Amino acid sequence: MSAIEVKHLYKVFGPNPRRGVELLEQGQSKQALLERGLAIGVRDASLRVEAGEFLVVMGLSGSGKSTLLRCLNRLIAPTCGEVFLDGVDITRLSDKALREVRMRKFGMVFQHFALLPHRTVLENAAFGLELQRVDPAERSRRAAEALELVGLSGWAGSLPGELSGGMQQRVGLARALAVNPDILLMDEAFSALDPLIRRDMQEELLGLQSRMRKTIVFITHDLDEALLLGDRIVIMKDGQIVQVGAPETILTQPADDYVARFVEKVDVSKVLTAEAVMHKASSITWPKDGPKAALHKMREVGISGIMVRDRDQRLLGVISAEDAARALDAHVETLEGLIRPVPSVRLETPLAEIFGIAQFPVAVVDEERRLRGLVVRGALLAALAGNRAPERAAELREAA
Amino acid sequence: MSIPAIPLARGVEAAIEYLTLHFAFLTKALSRLVETGVDALVDAMLWLPPWLFIAALSGLAWKLAGRRIAVFAAAGLLLVWNLGLWAPMVSTLALVLIATLVAVSIGMPLGVLAAVFPGVKRVVAPALDFMQTMPAFVYLIPAIPFFGLGPVSAIVSTVIFAMPPATRLTYLGIEQTPAELVEAADAFGATRAQKLFKIQLPLARPTIMAGVNQTIMLSLSMVVIAAMIGAKGLGGEVWKAIQRFEPGKGFEAGVGVVIVAIILDRITQAVARKSPAAQTR
Repeated sequence: MSAIEVKHLYKVFGPNPRRGVELLEQGQSKQALLERGLAIGVRDASLRVEAGEFLVVMGLSGSGKSTLLRCLNRLIAPTCGEVFLDGVDITRLSDKALREVRMRKFGMVFQHFALLPHRTVLENAAFGLELQRVDPAERSRRAAEALELVGLSGWAGSLPGELSGGMQQRVGLARALAVNPDILLMDEAFSALDPLIRRDMQEELLGLQSRMRKTIVFITHDLDEALLLGDRIVIMKDGQIVQVGAPETILTQPADDYVARFVEKVDVSKVLTAEAVMHKASSITWPKDGPKAALHKMREVGISGIMVRDRDQRLLGVISAEDAARALDAHVETLEGLIRPVPSVRLETPLAEIFGIAQFPVAVVDEERRLRGLVVRGALLAALAGNRAPERAAELREAA
Repeated sequence: MSIPAIPLARGVEAAIEYLTLHFAFLTKALSRLVETGVDALVDAMLWLPPWLFIAALSGLAWKLAGRRIAVFAAAGLLLVWNLGLWAPMVSTLALVLIATLVAVSIGMPLGVLAAVFPGVKRVVAPALDFMQTMPAFVYLIPAIPFFGLGPVSAIVSTVIFAMPPATRLTYLGIEQTPAELVEAADAFGATRAQKLFKIQLPLARPTIMAGVNQTIMLSLSMVVIAAMIGAKGLGGEVWKAIQRFEPGKGFEAGVGVVIVAIILDRITQAVARKSPAAQTR
């Protein structure tokens, strides 16, 4: 069941926003609305977020991503459309019921942390529980647990002003986690942090998520961040959802020029995985095949070395053409002793890591060490270089 | 052709006359009650030997505002005592304290209401402008028919004159709470009361304290002016000096006012700075 379902959501700012929606439905342009003093926040957005999914909403500033996020817990009331949380339409809730939903279901993390400067780290982390009127002892205990989760146990008594930005945002995260919400809303949560700290926080969030399996909606303007974090990515432009898809899909099949232009700038080596650039691996089976079979297969495909695997498809190593030929001359029937180790990577290894390996080809294996393919140097370079070329997007569209 | 003047003065007088006729018995009774209270407070403060009073006030200044202010307070008050202005100073201080207390306890809640309800603010804001810009002396005149000559009329007109900053800076402080913090409170399901007491008021405290400081200063200046309608104290000394043309005596009383003003100002400012929200900004 979807944790969140958004149906035909509109948010228009200005006097008489309903009229704005009508105009949009009649096909009027953004400019035409602006002339009437109406600004589009979100335009006909429909979206499902599955329970336990990490969804990243990405777009430039003014694309409506933060407005969309705030419509999910009605910090901004949608002009029309519906937002279902576990089947309940929150756009119809009374103020009291809405507060209850915000209190129990959501944890929110803000770009500039939004911590209370006059309260200690522990008191800040306990803020949501305090609003729920949880008794003080229980409140402190749970807040302390949340602080431990984000690695801030020793700082409970400090004031936020005494902490670095990264640590302050950990407090913000602890405050959201302390209420044990089903859904985490994160609004540009790491955008105000230094790049290195940011990287740490991203890794840590992924670590936490692998244990917690919360439903996370994460807003960012940074595609690298979106690709790293998101199970799926929603790309927004001018209040509209342009594309929804897994990171690979966004990269390889951008829905339009807008997305393609984004994708161009991505550091592809961090995003594309071995699986995306690997070739089919020719291989022989040990101990069934001997030097003759190996040489024959190499000649057939036109390569100078071949992967060796066992009967269960598990990678054993590589045999070079020279070694096989020498064995054949010496009338050796078996490949024993000729198999050399070969560097191997997993299917999901990013290209950036493969680059560090000096010896090619590199074998690609799955979690059971079964041989799935191989990466040759040429293919790796082509993937990296191809992406930088401006024609890349067009090529990809043709391919798709 | 001459345009007849709008009878504003006659209208106001008629209104005051009407109100006096029907409500003066109430306000006069209230006045007698308050006057007894004021007298009791002044008597209590005068019952303390001046040296003990000075020591206590300096000690308080030390604790709240540091050594320099404490030393100044001691020296200043000793000078006042030496000039023979002790009793008038105490009576001025009592009037200021009472007027401030009343002004703040009306003004601050009014400020909170104005911040929470836009409708209240639409009424209150222009009323405050009116109260502050109307020349202070004007309040003195109608106070007399209601409260008679004496300290209570002085307190009433002082409260009207000194209340606006307490109200204005309260709603300003609340409105200036960072939007992201208010949003965070909303996101975690805060009620309006929780937002007010857990976020807005604590964060507005330095601003509100600045308002209280302003109210005290305005009270002091008004209490001196109110000597014209029978408030005694340092203002009374100044008034006497004017009538008898004694510039020296007038100057002495004026210095007394300045000393009291500086002591009150520095102590309240220090209290405002000490609030926790101010420290982390």
